[in-house]
Amino acid sequence: MNKSDGSSAELSLELLRKGDKSEFARMVEAHSGVVYRLALKMLDREQDAEDVLQETFIKAYKALPKFDGRSSLSTWLYRIATNEALMILRKRKGKAVPVSIDEPLDMAQGEMEPLQIVDWCCLPEEELMSAEARQYLNEAVEMLPQSLKVVFLLRDIEGLSTRETADVLDLSETAVKTRLSRARLRLREYLTDYYRDRMADIIPTKGSEQ
Amino acid sequence: MNERHNCKYLLDSLSEYIDGELNQSICDEIDRHLEECDDCRIVVNTLEKTVYLYHKTTPQQEIPVDVKKRLYKKLELEDFLGS
Repeated sequence: MNKSDGSSAELSLELLRKGDKSEFARMVEAHSGVVYRLALKMLDREQDAEDVLQETFIKAYKALPKFDGRSSLSTWLYRIATNEALMILRKRKGKAVPVSIDEPLDMAQGEMEPLQIVDWCCLPEEELMSAEARQYLNEAVEMLPQSLKVVFLLRDIEGLSTRETADVLDLSETAVKTRLSRARLRLREYLTDYYRDRMADIIPTKGSEQ
Repeated sequence: MNERHNCKYLLDSLSEYIDGELNQSICDEIDRHLEECDDCRIVVNTLEKTVYLYHKTTPQQEIPVDVKKRLYKKLELEDFLGS
């Protein structure tokens, strides 16, 4: 069970399939937060995120009578939301550039990400989590290609399991693990760029000591 | 010895390693390698810190009140707003 499933544990599929408004409202209450955050991070525009939010639950309401329960309700909802968000991204880019979750990774299997060896773990917490650093953390996620970003958001930000993420995105578990690994390594590189400079600012070099 | 090969091989497994999802024998192999390879140790530590920072600094923010109101209106659920 992931954290997003907690409040939906007692939702009645039977009532939802019958179109029970009260039960549907409980489902919206339980899952709208994740849907909105996910859309906002994927699309980076509030209006688009709101469109995804509304469209997801409108589609869910219509499709619920036929929901077979093979995947969990949350997985099913996040799949609708992710597809809605991808549709908006495709419209933005125009038809010439397809946006897809299962697009091939832009690096051959086994090829190495660039790797900087800087030990910035020693920086104090207030430096690692300063307002500026938080801003940079957000921007770093923005820089990820969509195929890595959405896996990172579901796994590391929303706390879904590998299996659940695979279900949402219709990927194999191996593909989810590979993409998560690529995303994390790439973010580590971005953060290293940033914190290396912070270290240089804070820790005086030998030449400048006294 | 075969260090370069080891580091490259290791890199693909590090994400699962920090999640504790690898089987024991690969885990042991990585542990042994980390004892003698400073560079890989730094990569593991900074990778772990990267994930930690995202867990720690991402607020589980709620939907803005006006966005939620419009959602409930669109879904004809106004009666359940704030219930």
